[in-house]
Amino acid sequence: MPRTLTINGQEISARSDQTILEAAQDANIRIPTLCHLDGLTDVGACRMCLVEVAGASKLLPACTTRVQEGMQVQTDTERLRAYRRQIIELLFAERNHICAVCVANGHCELQNAGIAVGMDHVRYDYLFPKLGVDLSHERFGMDHNRCILCTRCVRACDQLEGAHTIDVMGRGAHSLIVHDMNVPWGEATTCTSCGKCVMACPTGALFKQGSTVAEMVHDAEKLAFLKAARERKVWNV
Amino acid sequence: MGKLRFASVWMGGCSGCHMSFLDLDEWLFDLAEAVDVVYSPVADVKTFPEKVDVTLVEGAIANQDHLELIHVIRKNSRLVVSFGDCAVTGNVTAMRNLIGEAEIVLDRAYKDAQLLRPQVPHDDGIVPPLIERVVPVHAVIPVDLYIPGCPPPAKRIRAVLQAVIEGKSPEMIGREMLKFG
Repeated sequence: MPRTLTINGQEISARSDQTILEAAQDANIRIPTLCHLDGLTDVGACRMCLVEVAGASKLLPACTTRVQEGMQVQTDTERLRAYRRQIIELLFAERNHICAVCVANGHCELQNAGIAVGMDHVRYDYLFPKLGVDLSHERFGMDHNRCILCTRCVRACDQLEGAHTIDVMGRGAHSLIVHDMNVPWGEATTCTSCGKCVMACPTGALFKQGSTVAEMVHDAEKLAFLKAARERKVWNV
Repeated sequence: MGKLRFASVWMGGCSGCHMSFLDLDEWLFDLAEAVDVVYSPVADVKTFPEKVDVTLVEGAIANQDHLELIHVIRKNSRLVVSFGDCAVTGNVTAMRNLIGEAEIVLDRAYKDAQLLRPQVPHDDGIVPPLIERVVPVHAVIPVDLYIPGCPPPAKRIRAVLQAVIEGKSPEMIGREMLKFG
């Protein structure tokens, strides 16, 4: 049963099982995202895709909210723009994101999001947490300083590779990506070294060993390709 | 309209932002038509003057000298511009914050890494004492404009200065103007 709704005043129709984000994408309306990745399930973690829905008292994440008949959605209001910039600034303040010395400089979704929201400086105090770099894996590295806890690596490992080597430990800002039962990555016996987590990472947190500043280009689109190939036998190359 | 009184200062940074400023090449002649350089690492002036129209601040606030000078700069400047990533975010200069406070950082640099006569220089008036934590400029004083980049590309510096000379506010929008790193 199709649903009819409006996004930014534009009337669109969507399948009843679609999210606001999917319906918007089909109608070529861009809603900013960070933790969303085509090919993985959505978790609503980053809050970048929050939208205003008429009649709802709260802002709703477009990636995890199903469309409804007659829904009136606004994706780009002054209020949403202000919140999105706040979210990006808080992400920059929370860990040690130093673009100038980052492997992902120039190819980073966080850096791009900063540009998109018009961030010329961060209004919050930087926390400068002491975080480690795990280089125990022979091919890949994990720099917690650059992690935004989007959990795309966790979902790629679980949903596409099926290994579920990666998970999240702790709470709030103290959360940390861990391998197996919090062992060094190189000692994680469930890891198949497939590299899907590295492809999924939006920042320089996961990288190929030996890459230096600005050399790490992720390959996130490959995950959507893989899912389509596996589930629908579609090989778009 | 008279010439603008222009200053640039070099705080806790590598001078790369000033190098990028020099990359403005022949436009520097146009700039020289529009401004008087009243204080700069490239001009031999000892004290920060009064009634400055615009001051570019390169570098983060990392030591006692920076901390004292930045307040004078704010008091004497109409526009203070955070010039480059170190001024805007702390950047590489602030990476010492990850090790700990000043004494720990000095021990790491002068003792742990030295085999021959390891000692931390403490004599008064030789090197300015480090402040405990490196902070961006706007953590200490109000800042009027921000030019991100490590270093900011010359085109970006020019766009900002051009606007300032014309009495407009620069349009800090898009990758050309806002990309960090």
